[in-house]
Amino acid sequence: MKTPTKKHTNDVILESSTTFITFIIFLFAVYLFFAGHYTPGGGFIGGLVTASALVLVLLAFDIQTLRQILPVDYKQMTAIGMLISVLTASGALLFNVPFFTHAHDYFNLPLFGKTSLHTAMLFDLGVYLVVVGVTMTIIQTIGESD
Amino acid sequence: MSLLHLAILLPLLVSLFIPLLYKKIPSVHTGWFVLLVPLTLVVYFSQYISQTMAGKPVVATMNWIPSLDINFVAYVDGLGLLFALLITGIGSLVVLYSVYYLDPKKEALHNFYVYLLLFMTAMLGIVLSDNLIVMYLFWELTSISSFLLIGYWYERERSRYGAQKSMLITVFGGLSMLGGISILSLLSGSFSIRESLATVSTYNGDPLFTVALVLFLLAAFTKSAQFPFHIWLPDAMEAPTPVSAYLHSATMVKAGLYLVARMSPIFAETPLWFYLVSGVGMFTLFWGSLNAVKQVDLKAILAYSTISQLGLIMSLLGLGAAALQVDILPDSLYTIATVAAVFHLINHATFKGSLFMMAGIVDHETGTRDIRKLGGLSQLMPVTFTIATIGTLSMAGVPPFNGFLSKEMFLTGVLEVSQSGLFHLDTFGLLFPFFAVVGSMFTFVYSILIVYRTFLGQKKLEQLPKKPHEAPIGMLLAPLVLVSLVVLIGLFPNLLSNTLIRPAVEAILPKVVAEGGSISVDIKLWHGFNPELFLTLLIISVGTVLFLTLPKWSTLYNRMPTSVSLNHQYDGLLRRGEHASTAIHDTVMTGYMRSYLVYIFGFIVVLVLSSMYFLDAFKFDVDPLSTVHAYEVVLALVLVGSALSITFARSRLTSIILLGVVGYTVALFFVLFRAPDLALTQLVIETVSVALFLLVFYHMPEISRKEERIKFKLGNAAISALVGLSVTLVALASLSQRSFASIAQYYIDNVADLAAGGNMVNVILVDFRGFDTLFEISVLAIAGLGIYAMINFRKTGGIDK
Repeated sequence: MKTPTKKHTNDVILESSTTFITFIIFLFAVYLFFAGHYTPGGGFIGGLVTASALVLVLLAFDIQTLRQILPVDYKQMTAIGMLISVLTASGALLFNVPFFTHAHDYFNLPLFGKTSLHTAMLFDLGVYLVVVGVTMTIIQTIGESD
Repeated sequence: MSLLHLAILLPLLVSLFIPLLYKKIPSVHTGWFVLLVPLTLVVYFSQYISQTMAGKPVVATMNWIPSLDINFVAYVDGLGLLFALLITGIGSLVVLYSVYYLDPKKEALHNFYVYLLLFMTAMLGIVLSDNLIVMYLFWELTSISSFLLIGYWYERERSRYGAQKSMLITVFGGLSMLGGISILSLLSGSFSIRESLATVSTYNGDPLFTVALVLFLLAAFTKSAQFPFHIWLPDAMEAPTPVSAYLHSATMVKAGLYLVARMSPIFAETPLWFYLVSGVGMFTLFWGSLNAVKQVDLKAILAYSTISQLGLIMSLLGLGAAALQVDILPDSLYTIATVAAVFHLINHATFKGSLFMMAGIVDHETGTRDIRKLGGLSQLMPVTFTIATIGTLSMAGVPPFNGFLSKEMFLTGVLEVSQSGLFHLDTFGLLFPFFAVVGSMFTFVYSILIVYRTFLGQKKLEQLPKKPHEAPIGMLLAPLVLVSLVVLIGLFPNLLSNTLIRPAVEAILPKVVAEGGSISVDIKLWHGFNPELFLTLLIISVGTVLFLTLPKWSTLYNRMPTSVSLNHQYDGLLRRGEHASTAIHDTVMTGYMRSYLVYIFGFIVVLVLSSMYFLDAFKFDVDPLSTVHAYEVVLALVLVGSALSITFARSRLTSIILLGVVGYTVALFFVLFRAPDLALTQLVIETVSVALFLLVFYHMPEISRKEERIKFKLGNAAISALVGLSVTLVALASLSQRSFASIAQYYIDNVADLAAGGNMVNVILVDFRGFDTLFEISVLAIAGLGIYAMINFRKTGGIDK
């Protein structure tokens, strides 16, 4: 941990367990995100859990590795998240209802069966992206600042 | 969302695609695409003319935040429509002009047109909103877009100075208007202008009513560059000429006039309104024209001339307020000032727009706007010369152009009011005609000055940076349209009387209409040998003499010491403000996190404990407390123990780990209290922040505990103990007493019905209190980018403490 960028310590146990634990955490984050409306979870928690998965990769390997795996500009991710949230909220205006009015309905989707689709989820997606984006921006910036 | 709302927001929506068009289709000047927007809107808005003529305003409501009475209510009446047509009509011409003025190879066109379209939406929003808060939003948006446009050539120092100046002054006005809006809405109970007007008689005796009046007028005076706030307008001339022609003469600076006209029905019965609006307007007319004569830059002359003309219209609106004071006369004598105001507003837009475009052409073709270097261009640029002549003669009030007509009406209004005996005007009423006539004389002088020094007299081609020649036809087209309007309106003044002027006047003076009076607008080019005509002859003759003797008396301007000038005062104020804030900043901002924490926590302690003491808010009641279990005691002990040991930790790593223990213990508490969302969040937050702490601390210098221990220990310990105490007291007190029912039950009842959700916590986050979340993620995003910027700033060699 103390050397995220320079001296690469060779910690076999951490590295090999990270490779599959990360996926489990990430899947859990996705589950949390989608389950949020009915059971514990949501965009905020989902985003944090995703960020923690990425931090784990960062700890086990280094910033370069993380960047190779996920070549994402987290600042842009933050911006896109903000945009999704604001647009979802203002989308209500197009239907002549007050700002931030959500809409939902039930649909029969293949594979999933009867599913509830809710604009709140779109808003939550924005929250998710902002949380991941900001957390990773901060950690990456500080980690790189030598 | 109706078509009307879409029309207002159309420029804003189109502006999103401008950068794309600029990048993808570089072969076509981006201005051609932009031109379609105002053209469409002119056509769209003109279909409302028949409705406003019939006195039937159009209202369309779009709900925005109904619970706070903030809705986007678009309201089209005569006044709003007149402005909307001005904005889109002049806008079309200005965009057409800019296509030839701005070189697509050298200029950042996408920025320019995005700002311009942003401004168009903002301006349309101001004049077509009935809700004051929405109007305020658009009002500030015009200030921002004006700032961006003045600073368009941001690498020039003067541009940045002018942009900052206009921003500071107009935003100051905007903020005072927000104050005015708040007071007015408290008095009337509504943000709607129409509803406030309907109940005005119930609250206009309130002492706060006068405060609101002054605050609204501050906004109008700063925006419309009235004395002493006019100083920003000459510096705003650093903007590209199309912007000066559009924002700083035809539209944005008239937003203040619009505000005065719009609020007139509410405020105008107060004598103070009359005094301030007409007095300040009249003095601005005089002061602006006086200062215009001494300028040497064509655009600076036009800027001061705009200030002066805005003062003229302002004073007419003030004089028009007198119409509400007297019983309506059958020949509607007192409405003439308001009619003149509206008429001159249109006329000014036509002649001043063409003159600004003329100045731009001269600048573009000769490379300078300095009238000391110009001269004798009439043969080289005959068309531009014609435009300039017609424009300036109209401005000077010479027949048969439209400026003559409105100036005559202005003189009529001034003479009428000075003889009316209203508001004790019998004592100083003569000041009005005096300032009006003297101002008009100087107007005549600078009008002639513009034409004479630029186009007549000696040719000084060797002093010009470029070899002058006539401008391309595309550039001349827009000013030619405007000057043909000048002539057309001058010869057939009643073209606009019933279509635009009368509906606008009716909107400004609704009381006259309500009391059965009719407003008939009949403007005549020739109305006999009356005092106004003699005054015009006097103005022209004295003006000519003044012009001929200009070299003899213009040295008087240099006598005025610069130390008392308003610009000097403004600069001094800015400088002193900077010094003071630096001084405060240097003493307060030590650069140490712990000092800031001491401020923050000290303030919290003082606030919480004092309010508890003075409001007698502390009560303690054991009844609502649930039983404390053994494991809760254990957890609490772990929590307190680890928190206390942080202070004794010798190394940073230990501190971080102990802090982590505190966080995880809190998470365990959440588990015990069956709050899975909170527990989960707390756990993950704790994990991520411990990682973050480790990362940050790795970069910090070696721990410096020794110094810290000696000095700060007592004070800090006291503050942290007090923070703990006050939080405990608040927690106990809030549990022991409830002034109103908890909102929790509402969430429980409605989570499934209203939001179709099962998890209350998340539904609160994304739906019930979605606004909070939206603002939270905004703060988060800003903080993230801030950290990124700060660290990279340090990396690139910024100040490093």
